Amino acid sequence: MSQDPHDLLAAYALDALDADERERFERHLADCEECSEQLALLREPVAALAYAAEGPAPPEALRGRIIESARAESRAPVIKLRRANRPLTVVAAVAAAAACLAIGLGVWAHSLSSSLDRERSAKSLYEQMLAAGAVSKPLAGANGSLLVANDGRGLLVVCGLDKAPTSRTYEAWVISGDAPQPAGLFRGGGGCRQVELTQSVPNGATVAATLERAGGAARPTLPILFRTEAT
Amino acid sequence: MSAELAQLSDEAVIEAVARADEDAIGELYDRFGKVAYGLSFRILHDATLAEDAVQEAFLQIWRSAGSYEPTRAKASTWLLTFVHRRAVDLVRREERRRTLPAETAPEPSGAGPDESVVAHSRGEVVRAALTRLPTEQREAIELAYFGGLTQSELAERLGQPLGTIKSRMFTGLQRLRVLLAEAGYESA
Repeated sequence: MSQDPHDLLAAYALDALDADERERFERHLADCEECSEQLALLREPVAALAYAAEGPAPPEALRGRIIESARAESRAPVIKLRRANRPLTVVAAVAAAAACLAIGLGVWAHSLSSSLDRERSAKSLYEQMLAAGAVSKPLAGANGSLLVANDGRGLLVVCGLDKAPTSRTYEAWVISGDAPQPAGLFRGGGGCRQVELTQSVPNGATVAATLERAGGAARPTLPILFRTEAT
Repeated sequence: MSAELAQLSDEAVIEAVARADEDAIGELYDRFGKVAYGLSFRILHDATLAEDAVQEAFLQIWRSAGSYEPTRAKASTWLLTFVHRRAVDLVRREERRRTLPAETAPEPSGAGPDESVVAHSRGEVVRAALTRLPTEQREAIELAYFGGLTQSELAERLGQPLGTIKSRMFTGLQRLRVLLAEAGYESA
């Protein structure tokens, strides 16, 4: 391509470049501030064209499917838990993907074509565990499931749980034998949350959650909000 | 929560999507699902493929919302870029692109003088602006944007040198921008 990349701006904005041309242009775009500015000007009329399309209305079910697939992505923040009485560290599962995309932040368009591949590589713990053959059990008392890996690592996925009131926290427990073991604190709220358990989950153990005072408790205060058994 | 979301600007809704708020992706769909699907259908001519394109684009938005920069682009522009790219990639992959005669946007319905002056909806404003472009510029833009043709395919289809096609697209978009501004068009 001996041509001046600048005269590809309009074709790029209209998605009228083939895959190779697009890639080369995006590489150029990354270092060309002037191109980015020019491109921003062209993007507005291009986006306006979408409104001229006049297609039929979308099917009713599409909205639900989009939300479902977003949920299945499990891009919900993973709440990394420490033992009770230690501060919580909240790590967004998106961090990895965001870090990849951050390279393209200056010109967000860069990330478009290759972002899908990058995103796929940033799999959530949930997906990793499922792929590694973890067993999933539905929760009783809440929407969600418990995933237990072969090595006993446990992951709670809880959906639609109200956010814990201020000064309170949800606490997970692994109950096997006599004493319930504290297995991590979480706040709930939002859509589906992944809670990585700090205790391994032996076969036949029960995993349960209660509402406790902020900081967590050493023993569960009843009632048990939801539970399931690992098999 | 949804009631609060409804109060937010599009940009703020994308920020909420970046925080993995499922209600926010629903809100975003409520605002842009119709235009996204209409666009995808226009490009793909197939309901199932159009749904796939929209779903995949929204999923990309769900994953990439953290990289959105409000200072760079309006939310609608950013979002529709994903949708268009998905639909075009799909149409190329499916090799469903047809050897249509130059497909053009439908004229504003009953394009009488009264109606063309009173262009209410956003779509009407854009379609009216398109009709004011020189035919060859409009043709190049529409075949690229709605037809999913590459610039080389356009050159072949229209029997013009590549350079001519490029400048038609560029000049056409610049002119369209001015025409839209004159018509008081404001993107969402």
